[in-house]
Amino acid sequence: MVRFNLLLLIAVVVCALGVVTSQHKARRLFQALEHEQERARQLDVEYGQLQLELSTWATSPRIEKIAREKLKMRTPEPGKTLTIPAAGVTQ
Amino acid sequence: MINFKGARAHKFAESPLLKLRLPAWRSRMIGMLILGGFAILIGRSFYLQVLHNEFLQEKGESRYRRDLEISASRGRIADRHGDVLAISTPMKSVWAIPAEARLTPEQTKQLAALLEMDAKELARRLASDKSFVFLQRQLPPEIGDKVAALKLPGIGQDREYRRYYPAGEMTAHMVGFTGVDDKGLEGVELAFQSQLLGHPGSRSVIKDRRGQIVEDVGSIKPPQDGKDIRLALDSKIQYLAYTHLKQAVADNKAKAGGAVVIDVKTGEILALANWPTYNPNNRERLSGAQLRNRAVTDTFEPGSTLKPFSVALALEDGKVRFDSIIDCAPGRLTIGTATISDAHPHGPLTVAQVIQKSSNVGAAKIAATLTPQQMWEMFDAVGFGQISRLGFPGEVGGRVRPWKSWRPIEQATMSYGHGISVSLLQLARAYTVFAREGDLIPLSLTRVDATPPSTPVFSQQTAREMRAMLEMAVQPGGTAPRAQIPGYRVAGKTGTAYKLEGGQYAKKYVASFVGFAPASDPRLVVAIMIDEPGGLQHYGGDVAGPTFASLMGGALRTLGIPPDTPFPTPKNLTVARAEREAL
Repeated sequence: MVRFNLLLLIAVVVCALGVVTSQHKARRLFQALEHEQERARQLDVEYGQLQLELSTWATSPRIEKIAREKLKMRTPEPGKTLTIPAAGVTQ
Repeated sequence: MINFKGARAHKFAESPLLKLRLPAWRSRMIGMLILGGFAILIGRSFYLQVLHNEFLQEKGESRYRRDLEISASRGRIADRHGDVLAISTPMKSVWAIPAEARLTPEQTKQLAALLEMDAKELARRLASDKSFVFLQRQLPPEIGDKVAALKLPGIGQDREYRRYYPAGEMTAHMVGFTGVDDKGLEGVELAFQSQLLGHPGSRSVIKDRRGQIVEDVGSIKPPQDGKDIRLALDSKIQYLAYTHLKQAVADNKAKAGGAVVIDVKTGEILALANWPTYNPNNRERLSGAQLRNRAVTDTFEPGSTLKPFSVALALEDGKVRFDSIIDCAPGRLTIGTATISDAHPHGPLTVAQVIQKSSNVGAAKIAATLTPQQMWEMFDAVGFGQISRLGFPGEVGGRVRPWKSWRPIEQATMSYGHGISVSLLQLARAYTVFAREGDLIPLSLTRVDATPPSTPVFSQQTAREMRAMLEMAVQPGGTAPRAQIPGYRVAGKTGTAYKLEGGQYAKKYVASFVGFAPASDPRLVVAIMIDEPGGLQHYGGDVAGPTFASLMGGALRTLGIPPDTPFPTPKNLTVARAEREAL
C-alpha cells in the first residue's frame, strides 16, 4: 500500500513537471509566433510604402518630363508613323 | 518578591478581584461579539469574492491583461491597370501610461525633441492622472522607431493610417479624399465608402513583466481590411485629359472646364477631369470652386451639342430624310413673340447640312414636326433629367421640364439645346447612342468585365446616318474642322451656348465639343466643356475642338487603336497601302 502510494506520488510529480515544461514551451512558441506575425505586419507595411513610392515615381507628369527633357523624346508626327495590322487582333 | 509598604502583601490566587461574582451574560456577550465579527468578515468576503466580484477581478486583471485593438487598413483605390491612386500607409501614434512613465528630465527632453513637442507640455501630460494619454499622432514610422529605441518605461506606440494620393490633383475629383476616422468625403472615397472601410479587430492578451505578450485570453476578433477598388479610370488617358484641359482653360482665359472620356463598348469612364482642381494630399486653403466636380455636379445649357438628338428623332420617325431640304433663309425664324437666329445666315440646307453647319433655324424647323411628348420621351430615354446613380456626391439630373408645359418657342429652343440643362457626364453618355448602334449603355466608375445590357433608343439606321452627319461637322465646311485628328475619322458636334445669369442670357458662353472616334467603329466618346472662354474666340469649334482633337488623338494612340483613314502625307499613303496589300 505504501509502495503504491509512493508510485502515485511520483506520477503526480512527473505530471506536474510535465505541465510546467509544456506550458513554458507553449509560451515560447507563442512568442515566436507573435514575433513572426509582427514581422509579417511590418513587411506588409513596407509593401504598402514601396507601392506608394512606386506610384509616386511613376506619375505621368514625371515620366513625360523625363521623356521630353532628359531623353529628348517627342510624339511622332502622324506622317512618320506606320501601322502594321496584326492578323486576328483587332486592337 | 515585591513588598509594598503600607499595603498588605498577598498571593495572586487570593486576589480579592477573583472573589467578585460577575454576571454570566457578560462572557456570553463577548463570545457573541467575536462570533458576530467573524460573521461580518465572512459575509464581506463572500460579497467581494462571489456576489460583486467584478471590481476586484477587473483590478486584478488590469495588472496583467491588456485589450489590444488590431487595426485594419482602408482599401486601396487603383486605376484599371493597377496603378495606385489612393493608399493608406501606417503612421505611429505615441502614447503614455502616466502612472508607469517615470522619466528623468533628460529622458523627457529627448522624447520631446523626437516628438517635436515642448518639453514642459510633455511633462504636464505625463503628470496627468488619466490612465492613458496620447502624446503625438500621425508620426512617420522612422520617428516611431527612434522613440522605441529609447526604451522608456510606460511609453508605447500604436499604428495609425494616413491616406496618400500619389496622382495628386490629376485625379482629385475622381478619387476624392477622406476626412478623420477614414470617412470618405468626396468622389470614389465617398461613393465606395462601405467597401473601402476596414473593420478593426481586437484581442485580449496577458502580458508579462517585460511587456511581452504571453498568452491570448478570450476570443480574438480578426480585423477585416477594406476591399481594394479597381476603377475603370486609365491613368494615362486621365493625364492627357487633365493636361489638355488645363492647357485649354489657360489658352482661352476661361473660368473653368471639364473633360470626360467614355469607352463606347463598355460604358466605363476612362477619364474625368475638371479645372480648377486641388491637391488631395494637402487640403489647406481649399475653396468650393476647386472642390467642385463640375463634369458631374454642374449642369449647363448645352447649346448645339443637343441638335443631333431632335434631328435623330425626326429621322427615326420618318418626318425627314438626311437629304430633305430645310429652308433656313433668312437665318431668322419668329415663333410667337420670340425670334430665333443663326450665327451665320444660311439658305436652303439639307438635314445633314443643318447638323454640319449647326443651324438653329433648321433644327427648330425640324423639331416643329415632332410633338413635345415625343421629344420629352427621347430626352428621357437618353438619360437627360435623370441622375446616373454612379454614387458620386452631388450628382445632378439636370432639368428637362415636363412636356405638358412646353410652349412652341420652348420646344424650338430645346431642339438646339437651350431651356434644358444637362451635366457634361450626361451629355457624353447620351452620345454613346450615336457611337453605338442606337442603344444607350449604363456608365461605370469601376472596371467592367462583361458588357452590361443596353437599352435601345434609336434604330441602327438612324445611328449610322447621324454618325455620317456628325462626321461632316468636323470636315471642311462644318463647324469644327479643328477637331480633326490625322489618321482617324472623327465625328462630333460643337456647342456654343449663352450662359443664364439670373434668368437672363448674359454675354458669356459655354463652349463645348462632344465627339467620338474612330468613326468607322467608334471606341471612345470625348466631351469637353470650357466655361466662359475670355479670349478672342468663344465658338465651341475653336475653343473645345482643338482640345478634343489632341485629347482624343492621344487617347486612341494610348489604347493602340489602329487608324481608320490614311494619313494625309502622300509618302506615307503609299507605304501604308503597300503594307496593307502585302498582308
